[in-house]
Amino acid sequence: MTQSVTDTIRGLLAEHARLGVDVSSLSDTDDLYGAGMTSHASVTVMLACEDEWDLEFPQQMLKKSTFASIANIRDALSELGVDGASVASA
Amino acid sequence: MSVAGEQVERTPAPYATPDDLREALVDGGVIHLTAVDGVHHRSWAWERVLRGVEGHVMGKRVATHATQRWFPPIMPREEFLKTDYVRSFPDLVGSIDVFTGGDKEHRALLEVLEQGGDWTAHLTPAEVVLPSSVCHPLYGTLAQDVPAEGVDEECSGWSFRHEPSLDPARMQIFRIYEFVRIGTPEQSLAHRDDWLQRGLAALTELGLPVRSEAANDPFFGRVGRMLAANQLESALKYEMCVDLTEVRPTAIGSSNYHEDHFGHTFGLHLADGTPAHSACIGFGLDRITLALFAVHGTDLDAWPEEVRSALAL
Repeated sequence: MTQSVTDTIRGLLAEHARLGVDVSSLSDTDDLYGAGMTSHASVTVMLACEDEWDLEFPQQMLKKSTFASIANIRDALSELGVDGASVASA
Repeated sequence: MSVAGEQVERTPAPYATPDDLREALVDGGVIHLTAVDGVHHRSWAWERVLRGVEGHVMGKRVATHATQRWFPPIMPREEFLKTDYVRSFPDLVGSIDVFTGGDKEHRALLEVLEQGGDWTAHLTPAEVVLPSSVCHPLYGTLAQDVPAEGVDEECSGWSFRHEPSLDPARMQIFRIYEFVRIGTPEQSLAHRDDWLQRGLAALTELGLPVRSEAANDPFFGRVGRMLAANQLESALKYEMCVDLTEVRPTAIGSSNYHEDHFGHTFGLHLADGTPAHSACIGFGLDRITLALFAVHGTDLDAWPEEVRSALAL
């Protein structure tokens, strides 16, 4: 299950993050901003996640670090109760 | 940026409140108020100072090959939409409507007008809007292939933001002089940081107790809160601030790194095909003029000689 949430995040990043590198070359903990994701692009990723899982990130999560890596995004989704996002369920 | 956040002794603000400052400017004949908050008429004294400020700032130019352009206070609607301003700041936008009908439509408009109704419903959006920032009309007119050495541009013009206020610093329409560079991330960041230091020095020469502060733009709504937090956290924007009243600091200029935002939306790209990055420093000509009158008083003849000299007064 974790794999599928991660894959979906990777798919959303490929579509919206405008990274300078191929998403498949990044590990789950690599810094997405370091890989070229800009502030505006991170907002697009945030909105794409909300659409994908039909949720709304609370205000305290609307910050740079929440979207800094695939693992961080997965942690945030886990916190919001997305099935399969928790590492423990891997 | 070493200057941001440093604890330095602040010069006391010359006025207690924005109301006090506004009254002093009106009493001194420097500005004249209108029926609308944030729209005031400038005196010749104001204009002389403003032109002096523009000349002073232009005198600091380093990229002497940069093209200089003075923009009209309107810009093409299509290019404005590419800036994404409507997405980020819908509450500040100014769009222009015009009448395109014939006699029949004119009669219908007048009928509504005479009845006290909304006659503007009989207008249609024009091909132009009011620029929200002075560099916005620039990007759509540049060659899309950005050379290895980057592109330096200078522009001066009007900027409209709909935020009516009695604070004389919060004008609805105002002028900015900008130094813009489009290039690699490194070239853009260097431009922003070098110019921030140069800008602070230029304003200090005018006797303004200016400092830099990390800042964020007033992005709109929920998405805007994330953009603002990101902007602050990434230190993309610095403002050059001065205390004119005890209520709040007044930003009289800003130094901004746009990342690839304009490169992406306007199709400006580097040799490797990736979107170009950009940075600009804006000198708020009307705000600097306001600051000079606040700090040095409303009588130009009484200003320090070195300030008068720097402004060619």
